[in-house]
Amino acid sequence: MGERKEYKLGSVSMKTDWGGMRGRAAEKPHDFRRTVMSLISYARKERGLFFLVIFFSAGSALFTLFGPGKLSVITDIVTEGIRTGDFDLQSVKTSAAYLVIVYIIAFLLQYAQRLAGVKLAESICFRMRRDTAGKLEKIPLSRFDSASFGDLLSRTTNDIDMINDSIRLPFGDIINSFTLFAGAAVFMIAANLPLALISIVLSLAGFAAMRLIIVKSQRYFVGSSYWLGAVNGHIEEAYAAHQLVKTYNGEAEEAAEFDIRNGQLYENKWKSHFMSGISNPLMDFIGNFSYLAVCAVGAAFAIQGKISFGTIVAFIVYIKLFTTPFGQIAQGFTSLQSAAAAAERVFDILSEKEMEDESGKPAAVPGPGRVTFENVSFGYTPEVPVIRDISVDIAPGTQVAIVGPTGAGKTTLVNLLMRFYDPDEGRILIDGTDTRDLRRESVRDLFGMVLQEAWMLEDTIENNILFAAENVSHEQVIEACRAVGIDSLIASLPQGYDTVLRNDSSLSAGQKQLIAIGRAMLLDRPLLIMDEATSSVDTRTEQVVQDAIDRLRAGRTSFTIAHRLSTIRKADLILVIDNGEIAEQGTHEELIAAGGEYAKMWNSQFAEE
Amino acid sequence: MFRLIRMIKGRQWGLFAGAALAVAVQAFLTLKIPDYMEDITHLIEEQVSDLSAVWAAGGGMLLCALGALAAAIASSWFSVRFGTYFSRDLRKTVFTHIESFSMTEFSEFSTASLITRSTNDVMQIQEFVARGLLNGLRGPAIIIWAAVKLLGRYRAWDVVTILILAFMTAVIIFLVRYAHPRLRKRQTFTDSLMRVLRENLTGIRVIRAGNAEKYMQERFGDANRVLTENERKAFEAMCLMRPSSRLMNNLITAGIYITGAFIAARAAGAGGAASAENVLADMVMCSGYAAFLTRSFMDINLAFNQFPRANISSARIMEILDRKPQEPEPEHPEVPERAGSLEFRNVSFRFPGMAADAVSDISFKAEPGQTVALIGPTGSGKSAAVSLIPRLYDPSSGEVLVDGIDVRRMAKKELRSRIAFAAQYPVLLTGTVGSNTAFGDRGREKPDDEDMRRVLKTAQAMDFVQEMGGLSGEIRRGGANVSGGQKQRLSIARAIARKPEIFIIDDSFSALDYKTDRELRKALKNELRGTTVVIVAQRIGTIIDADRILVLENGRIVGDGTHKELMEKCPLYREIAATQLSGGQAV
Repeated sequence: MGERKEYKLGSVSMKTDWGGMRGRAAEKPHDFRRTVMSLISYARKERGLFFLVIFFSAGSALFTLFGPGKLSVITDIVTEGIRTGDFDLQSVKTSAAYLVIVYIIAFLLQYAQRLAGVKLAESICFRMRRDTAGKLEKIPLSRFDSASFGDLLSRTTNDIDMINDSIRLPFGDIINSFTLFAGAAVFMIAANLPLALISIVLSLAGFAAMRLIIVKSQRYFVGSSYWLGAVNGHIEEAYAAHQLVKTYNGEAEEAAEFDIRNGQLYENKWKSHFMSGISNPLMDFIGNFSYLAVCAVGAAFAIQGKISFGTIVAFIVYIKLFTTPFGQIAQGFTSLQSAAAAAERVFDILSEKEMEDESGKPAAVPGPGRVTFENVSFGYTPEVPVIRDISVDIAPGTQVAIVGPTGAGKTTLVNLLMRFYDPDEGRILIDGTDTRDLRRESVRDLFGMVLQEAWMLEDTIENNILFAAENVSHEQVIEACRAVGIDSLIASLPQGYDTVLRNDSSLSAGQKQLIAIGRAMLLDRPLLIMDEATSSVDTRTEQVVQDAIDRLRAGRTSFTIAHRLSTIRKADLILVIDNGEIAEQGTHEELIAAGGEYAKMWNSQFAEE
Repeated sequence: MFRLIRMIKGRQWGLFAGAALAVAVQAFLTLKIPDYMEDITHLIEEQVSDLSAVWAAGGGMLLCALGALAAAIASSWFSVRFGTYFSRDLRKTVFTHIESFSMTEFSEFSTASLITRSTNDVMQIQEFVARGLLNGLRGPAIIIWAAVKLLGRYRAWDVVTILILAFMTAVIIFLVRYAHPRLRKRQTFTDSLMRVLRENLTGIRVIRAGNAEKYMQERFGDANRVLTENERKAFEAMCLMRPSSRLMNNLITAGIYITGAFIAARAAGAGGAASAENVLADMVMCSGYAAFLTRSFMDINLAFNQFPRANISSARIMEILDRKPQEPEPEHPEVPERAGSLEFRNVSFRFPGMAADAVSDISFKAEPGQTVALIGPTGSGKSAAVSLIPRLYDPSSGEVLVDGIDVRRMAKKELRSRIAFAAQYPVLLTGTVGSNTAFGDRGREKPDDEDMRRVLKTAQAMDFVQEMGGLSGEIRRGGANVSGGQKQRLSIARAIARKPEIFIIDDSFSALDYKTDRELRKALKNELRGTTVVIVAQRIGTIIDADRILVLENGRIVGDGTHKELMEKCPLYREIAATQLSGGQAV
């Protein structure tokens, strides 16, 4: 057994932190009411629909309530007829017409209620999905370093589906049920007080029992959602690391962790389902029991001549109208519970702290491209500084190369330039303006960037090269590919530029890097960053694309991070970074002549032990 | 769906049988209740002065109601246990099966789709099995039973009952025809939504760097719109069900009372007050049955609603379970002696769906302890060739032999326990430095702390590992808290810890600076004495003193020999060397 399992077990908590699973296991009580309130306030935009649902459902309930009175009338006509032998069939006909009309109106209103409910739910969930996805763009990058993608995905799909399911129908049903419930109570009291009291007291007892179940089962609902996210997170990680798991025979280890999470999901799931499954039959029983009590007591009254038989019939129907809502309310609350658990997880994302709003700041204007670092210091965590007091002034059009040992802080410098992070101390100026005084996006607009791991969309090659570029013709795409030397390869594919890139196998890592370079060419930005952009391209191919890269660099201030020193030999300025500081700077010749760290590095690529 | 149901095992069937039995008892007792109602109606009508008869009938009814409650709770317990138990095992089966997939299946299905299938689709089936299945059984049973009790009393009631049954059936048929195809599509749309969102997450740096947030939002917006639109249409159609059911419930009750009044009037005329009283008692009882009738249609509809989703989900899951990994296990696996020899015999390989071979007709042999290096331009087939050794893929023709046996004739587990594979893009798992270093099963004890420290040192990883807190230092998802070069060194440590017979390094030094690279190679040389090493590299410096260097171009070997030999006879190698060893350095 590896250490990993203990780590995961010890650290899995009920906290709904999507940033992995750290922190001690603590079952935080989840605030049902607060979540429901946030949900309601989130749905403000849909308040029109919201009130329509309430209006229709209350209306349909009211119309339904007029039925039993007429049934009572008919029954009384029959009992009367039995006694006297004279049946008032004309009144029966009128009552029949009345009933049919009332019921059809109730039907139409209920149908309208449900349609409005669907619209309401779809509208809320559409926005919710959009907002969650949009929110992810506004959260600082650092937040994603440890996020479980599987869990995030689960929140935007499974959890929002769950919310949809419980807004769509149960919400209107609860209103409908409450109206029926209250209305039936009024009608019953009007018909006969003692019988009404019996029914109401019994029902309230049932209601109390149901509430208890709901409260008890809430933690299992929360647990189900949580562990579902945990299982999904594990699945996502295991599948993403598939090649590793296979080549290392790691299947058993992955399965063991999976079993732990799957087992927890099972425990929570069946308990929550079971407890919510009890409430319906319980309400049925209360219904039957009240019915019985009404019959028994009603019979006694009827024998004493206090009430008519028709009243008992009416009560039988009223009790049904009075107790079925309980079942529906119970069901509705169960769904609301799942929804609350789900909504809490969605709101976790939506309430995540956003990057500072910069709409008030001016946009960066493409200028000559002078970049200045002034005493810049930075650490991802305060205790560990990664960049220490770096100052350098880079003239427009300079081709800067950044070299240094692994972990020296080269990529961090790029992160600061692009404003993925902001420096803790000091400032970075572009053409004399502190980048923090400019809108973040406009700063990024100045840069073209090619990263080591070429990220591809699951889309056609053409769309991958185009990416976010606008107003680019197909010819320009082909031209960019020709420049980076992959045009003939793409043309040889059966679907050419329309080949859909999936996961990995169709193109090699190097070929993907070339596509990424093509992408940067089309974007045509004034400054350029290449972070190990050709590390998977062999040196020979690199020379082929060197022309293209040179053209890309020409006239722009560019930053190139590379281990392959031959790649950066021609740079105007080489910054040697070590331990977060600039150890040396100068041109290749100057640095070789100086005989420092760079010269050592340069010579070490030829020296063999 | 039915094939999936066949996967249900013995103990699960026991739970299901328990649920079915409880449901039957519940249905029986519930339908007994209107009979008592009839008795009570009679008693009240007869205006008996003695209430004890009413109490007796009431007592019977109370017992039935209590029994029905108990049966309902039992059925809930059984069915919920059954459903969740089944889905737990199903989820596990799917997960294990997907873990057995090769890279071919992964790229064919796409990771996002595999994830949805293991999570969302299993959920759908669980919902159906836990609730829908029982509803689907209980509904028709009660409808038939209630209809039998209702029909054949009075012609008018027969007509009302049949009309209402016909109407409800029509509603359900409409839903099956109109709404269900849309529900089926919903899963596909969810898939594409997931895919787009996943891209948003995996590419977050590129997206932000390119200010492509808006573009990505549009992609997401499209998927979201299609999903929502389809869902709305399906659900709107389904809105018809409950109002119809309530309307029918109301109309059947009203119908029974209204026509009942006429029937009673006629009965009174023909047979006197007593037969009219019977009609009245029938009215009360039959309206009780009628209530069950429409309610059961709701049950059926619930099952019908869940069925298409569950059905499509199970088809998607069966598609996974039916797919046997492209690289099958041998029937009679052989276990050759561990030596570390490796041979390619006329091996060609083409990635699925590609027009050209990635590797064509490669042959070479590495004796135990030898180091063979592969070098060549991007896309020349170096990585493809080494991926055939641990059977990430199988060759299209020719054979790969490890320890003298075709790898296809060895159990994969056995084969892989002889190999350590350090991939081009190393993957770290959430956990600790230690858990990552010790990851995997190498067919013997896990390395102890001492071993791990030693291999981390060899991999030049000890300095930063120490800063992270040693072996228990945290590794975040995907190794997000370590740099690319650190990841490679941890991945190499993990590979060394396996103490393999064959050590494959797929360009795993690319993110290391030259100094670290050189020190690492020096340390590795000691550590890997006697181990066969296959190394893919970009840098000539990395492979300069390999026993044998193969130069690849377009999947073919164009040069084969030592550095010295190749410098003399292989123009491509010389060219590569020239681009790297510039500066007039004599080598």
